[in-house]
Amino acid sequence: MGKVISQSKGDKLFNLFNYSIMSIIAIAILYPLYFVFLASFTDPDQVNSGGLLLFPESIYLDGFKKIFAYKPLWDGYLNSIMYTFIGTFINLAVTIPCAYALSRKGLAGKTPIMLLFAFTMFFSGGLIPTYLLISNLGMLNTVWAITLPVAASVWNIIITRTYFQSNIPEELLEASVMDGCSDFRFFFSIALPLSKVIIAVMALFYGIGHWNSFFEPMLYLTSNEKFPLQVILRNLLIMNEAGSRMVIDPMSLAAKQRISEQLKYGVIVVACLPLLIVYPFLQKYFTQGVMIGSIKG
Amino acid sequence: MNKLAPKQVMKSWQLYVLLLPALVYLFLFQYAPMYGIIIAFKNFNPVQGILGSPWIGFKHFETFFNSYVFTNVVVNTLKLSVFSLLIGFPIPILFALLLNQIRRQLFKRFVQTITYAPYFISTVVLVSMLNVFLAPSTGFVNNLITMFGGDAVNFMARAEWFRSVYIASGVWQTMGFSAIIYLAALSGVNPELHEVATVDGATTVRRIWHIDLPSITPTIMILLILGVGSVMAVGWEKAFLMQQGMNLPASEIISTYVYKVGLLNSQYSLATAIGLFNSVINFVLLIVTNFISKKLTQNSLW
Repeated sequence: MGKVISQSKGDKLFNLFNYSIMSIIAIAILYPLYFVFLASFTDPDQVNSGGLLLFPESIYLDGFKKIFAYKPLWDGYLNSIMYTFIGTFINLAVTIPCAYALSRKGLAGKTPIMLLFAFTMFFSGGLIPTYLLISNLGMLNTVWAITLPVAASVWNIIITRTYFQSNIPEELLEASVMDGCSDFRFFFSIALPLSKVIIAVMALFYGIGHWNSFFEPMLYLTSNEKFPLQVILRNLLIMNEAGSRMVIDPMSLAAKQRISEQLKYGVIVVACLPLLIVYPFLQKYFTQGVMIGSIKG
Repeated sequence: MNKLAPKQVMKSWQLYVLLLPALVYLFLFQYAPMYGIIIAFKNFNPVQGILGSPWIGFKHFETFFNSYVFTNVVVNTLKLSVFSLLIGFPIPILFALLLNQIRRQLFKRFVQTITYAPYFISTVVLVSMLNVFLAPSTGFVNNLITMFGGDAVNFMARAEWFRSVYIASGVWQTMGFSAIIYLAALSGVNPELHEVATVDGATTVRRIWHIDLPSITPTIMILLILGVGSVMAVGWEKAFLMQQGMNLPASEIISTYVYKVGLLNSQYSLATAIGLFNSVINFVLLIVTNFISKKLTQNSLW
């Protein structure tokens, strides 16, 4: 952007205002996360009394000890990992080929097919008919109930189609067809290897969705040992069972209450851990995904 | 152009094979439940099945319209979503316009990185965070209030606080992420426009108003149509998770009510009717907004 011409007074004021607002927003978003992190290993007395602001006075790790010893949480973790992998794999297997086919110019019947897809973005059968269907298909309490009904998102198909349209040159297809390349062959050996970015973006979009999904598992899974992390978290944190479920050894009520708050902070940290680890990679791809989708709707 | 000539279809049969899984999914899990909607007009009984159950017309709709919860549930749904839209929609736009003016790339990237982060937190974790922060005696927020001499408020249990907490936390969680799409649109603005305007003595605020804002108007309109079109479809997971006995007067919305009537009380037909009522209003809103936008700004979804 070249050299800036000397700024007017108004612009300087605007910049001052702008930088301040942006700093305030950043702090307002960062601080609660920072606080949860700190509170998970700070002496609960300091946290509960409001004494914790920036740094812990004394460290107290009993909460984490209890959390690590609480088996259902780790079973939920494993279930979530499994559901996320299976679900994301199904998503990609449905979305990518479909988006590729729809990106092809000459495909006969493309418009009605697109309409058929788009309509479901705005209208759906609703909770009960969907539930009855899943139940009639005998999928209740199986991994299929939480992965197949969300096998594809029309929005993601559109984003992926846009990517194919703008990143696979028409000439490449024409040249390959001349050489006797079939559609399958072109898709698997040429288009797919050229589309690692969008595959990564979609894997992340869908993967996060499965990891965070709470409602479908709550609805369709009935046995405790199949619950994913989010359902376990809800029972612990929102139904307020963190203290009573995780602290089994005899303790006075006061002591229990004292630690139950810390348990909640600790569980939140543990739940967010995988996201924190992948976030640096995630962020780049997410931005790319939204950008691809927004260039042309 | 796209005539369904058999010859042409045969030529690219492989493409249809690639489409097949998605089409099967579409019919099985999207359109089949739509067929199931007819139980809203029947007295559904699982033994007789969808086809076998007797028709009873609009009786379930009447039951819902005449029930004592009707007004409350519909008003709650409307209030929650309209306020969410009114507050939650413009904030990411403003944020993107301001962030776009930050010239220090490092600071800009820092702010962006931080503001996206909450988007990845699950609804369960978000509501849990609200619970611990807003807890009456141990929560951070109430500790602050009491420190400054105020009285602690039980935010999560009070009906009058439900909407504020719902909307504010929504802004906190999605502001940064929703801004990406506007930032993308803004990055496409021709920098020469800004240079010329600066040479002519336009201030930053004027340039935002006359250059940046008009260039992202199409994006804004499309997202607004989608937003209005889903006014009745407020994120029900969050409302459901935030619900407590005490805040029900404000937190019971159509979708949470459908869940209770349908799955907890097994009144499948009535719940389907209520859900259908909700979807139809949504769909009509979408079409109307799209029509208005097309007339006024030439931007439309179709």
